[in-house]
Amino acid sequence: MPLFASRTFAHGVHPPEAKDDTKGLAIRQFPFAPVLVVPLLQHLGKPAIAEVAEGQEVARGQRIARPDGFFSVAMHAPASGVVRRIGLAPAISGKMEPAIFLEPFPGSTQEVLQGRPCLAASATPDEILAAIQEAGVVGLGGAAFPTHAKLKVPAGKQVETVLVNGAECEPYLTTDHRVMLEHAADVMAGIPYLLKATGAGRAIVAIEANKPDAAETIRAAIPPGAPIEVAVLPVKYPQGAEKMLITALTGREVPSGGLPLDARVLCVNVATTAEIGHLLPQGAGIQERVLTVGGPGVVRKGNYRVTIGTPLRFVLETVGTADDLTRVFLGGPMMGQAVSSLDIPVTKGTTGVIAFTARETGFVGGQREHPCIRCGYCLDACPIFLNPAELGLLARNQQYERMADRHHLMDCFECGCCTFVCPSHIPLVQHFRIAKRAVRKAKAKTP
Amino acid sequence: MTALGKTLEIRSSPHILSGNRVDTIMWNVVLALLPVSGFAVYAFGIAAVLVLAVAVGSCVLTEHLLCRVAGKPTTVADGSAVITGLLYGLTLPPGLALWMVAVGGVVAIAVGKALFGGLGQNPFNPALVARAILQAAFPVAMTTWAPILAAGRFTSVPASLLAWPFSAPAPDATSTATPLSAWKFDHRLTETPDLLLGTTAGSVGETCAVLILLGGAWLIARRMMNWRIPAAIFATVAALSAVLHAFDPARCAGPEFMLLSGGLMLGAVFMATDMVGSPMTHLGCVIHGVVIGVLVVVIRVYGGMPEGVMYAILLANALVPHLDRLIQPRVYGTKGRGRKP
Repeated sequence: MPLFASRTFAHGVHPPEAKDDTKGLAIRQFPFAPVLVVPLLQHLGKPAIAEVAEGQEVARGQRIARPDGFFSVAMHAPASGVVRRIGLAPAISGKMEPAIFLEPFPGSTQEVLQGRPCLAASATPDEILAAIQEAGVVGLGGAAFPTHAKLKVPAGKQVETVLVNGAECEPYLTTDHRVMLEHAADVMAGIPYLLKATGAGRAIVAIEANKPDAAETIRAAIPPGAPIEVAVLPVKYPQGAEKMLITALTGREVPSGGLPLDARVLCVNVATTAEIGHLLPQGAGIQERVLTVGGPGVVRKGNYRVTIGTPLRFVLETVGTADDLTRVFLGGPMMGQAVSSLDIPVTKGTTGVIAFTARETGFVGGQREHPCIRCGYCLDACPIFLNPAELGLLARNQQYERMADRHHLMDCFECGCCTFVCPSHIPLVQHFRIAKRAVRKAKAKTP
Repeated sequence: MTALGKTLEIRSSPHILSGNRVDTIMWNVVLALLPVSGFAVYAFGIAAVLVLAVAVGSCVLTEHLLCRVAGKPTTVADGSAVITGLLYGLTLPPGLALWMVAVGGVVAIAVGKALFGGLGQNPFNPALVARAILQAAFPVAMTTWAPILAAGRFTSVPASLLAWPFSAPAPDATSTATPLSAWKFDHRLTETPDLLLGTTAGSVGETCAVLILLGGAWLIARRMMNWRIPAAIFATVAALSAVLHAFDPARCAGPEFMLLSGGLMLGAVFMATDMVGSPMTHLGCVIHGVVIGVLVVVIRVYGGMPEGVMYAILLANALVPHLDRLIQPRVYGTKGRGRKP
């Protein structure tokens, strides 16, 4: 590491952290909803295939859907109960997606059914990947990419370092923070699986400087002699983005259109790592996840362990909401997706449920859009050095192809920094989302 | 749980904003110009008050009326017309007839800004467009300089200000030379402390270098100005004039005189940095500054006029769209600047 390593990335923004309300609150178990809705597609890739029938009784932890090919993962019953229905349920995408409706048995002990354990010391890399897929593990940081697919290193590629991502740069979210504080042992149990599966020599747990207690706890939990380090990074958004984290820690850049593998590293979210360390030794599958329920619209804010499939309506009714609730989104306020329906369930990729009231949404919605004054703030904010101002002008004229061909539109990962800083309140990243979709559509059409 | 029955808004993220606002930036620029304007009033008395008031008033009124004509909500509140008016007023000779000031104010907004499509669309600095047109239309009045710190400046209005519209004011017997014209035509060098403190003849707001730099520092600290532009201008002017002065001291004055005299400070700090008329990339801003610096020195030393800041900035404004097209940031994960072929 060079002497003057800044240990961060260039550009980015500093939104208010808004973590004080929940960062000190220990993880609490959330009650079961009367009906759990388990979508068959909770990850990027192909939906799982249901292997239960309507009316069938299932035990908690029992596999209820099997992966459909490599880019797919298994689903497990999040509670012991009866499968009431297999049908369509609203999803965050705005579409209706197939899901298993499960009615938990009231008052049951809800013991977890365990399978064949997979131990890091004895399993082969392929056995670990299979076990991760079987456990239904996907990226819990929000992207929900199947973890086994990410850890599969193609022939000819090499991974030197696994980056365990505990940056949690999004405002309001404190789930990774709490997981590191309360489940450091699981994180340490998970890392050997990651190292063995990828053949990497060492792991770095990356934590932003606003979580000194988490860094301390993780550092103290490192077993003697283990090739694990803790790196404390300056607080900046979007540090938790894969590319930014890699640059912050290694000084390397992921080539445009390439994968982290091309920089000889892999990033795995810290909660995902803890989940692997928790599930694989017992041969269990994911039934619940930790998420932050917060924002000014929530009464009993906190970090809760919520059963997969719990409808948002049940979550918000249980914690209580303000009267003038106007917007609910999943994830942090910079990249989180607003929900159209509270019947959408919590899935594996849900990092938080944040509720805003008229005060917050009114502030954003009340800003009048001005013409671009060419201040250049967006150029100074964009972490991948795009020219959002020029892209914005092109988007307005629907020059999508030109944006992609000449201005690297497809490199944009939609962090929202440009819109955040724009003094003219031009919805830049929103334009780019539309443009990216149009470009993908056009590409799919041409053979 | 009535709240949960309500319709939820769906909006694409981000769900929070930084609080940066166009009008906040604009009013901060106005704030940064207040010390300079205050000094102008101290130095030129009622004349400065009237020139600045008419300049700002005519710009704001023109902006408001043009919005009305276009059937759009008025954009006066965003503060950009006030900046244009104030900057324009600060570049005028303190004894200019008020009807000429008003004509220029209308030209600044109507020709310099609205004609190109309003805020953000004008390639040239509107204040300088107006000044350039006045310079061409009223060459004598625009180069007649009232003396600074005149005795009766707070009690009487100079007659030249109150000339009837379309009549040329009688040449003022008390007019003096600016430091630049004194150097160019008489080879008289003004002392540096006078230039720093502004106790020399000149345009309403260009004389006091210290207060101009103070305003610039405020904007730089608030990240509302790209410091690279004035820095590049100062460095270029200093370096170029030092070289020329070494070769031909009779023709080119030394760097400290070149930096502090005329409109260079006001232009470099407040006009070359106009966000709309300057490049968006940092490298572009440096080149922009260098271009202005070279043009200023070339016009002052080899041109027919004593001062060249206005034309230097206007010419550089014309290059900005090209600079922005040619210089693109290097995208993360790619090699080399510039666009894909």
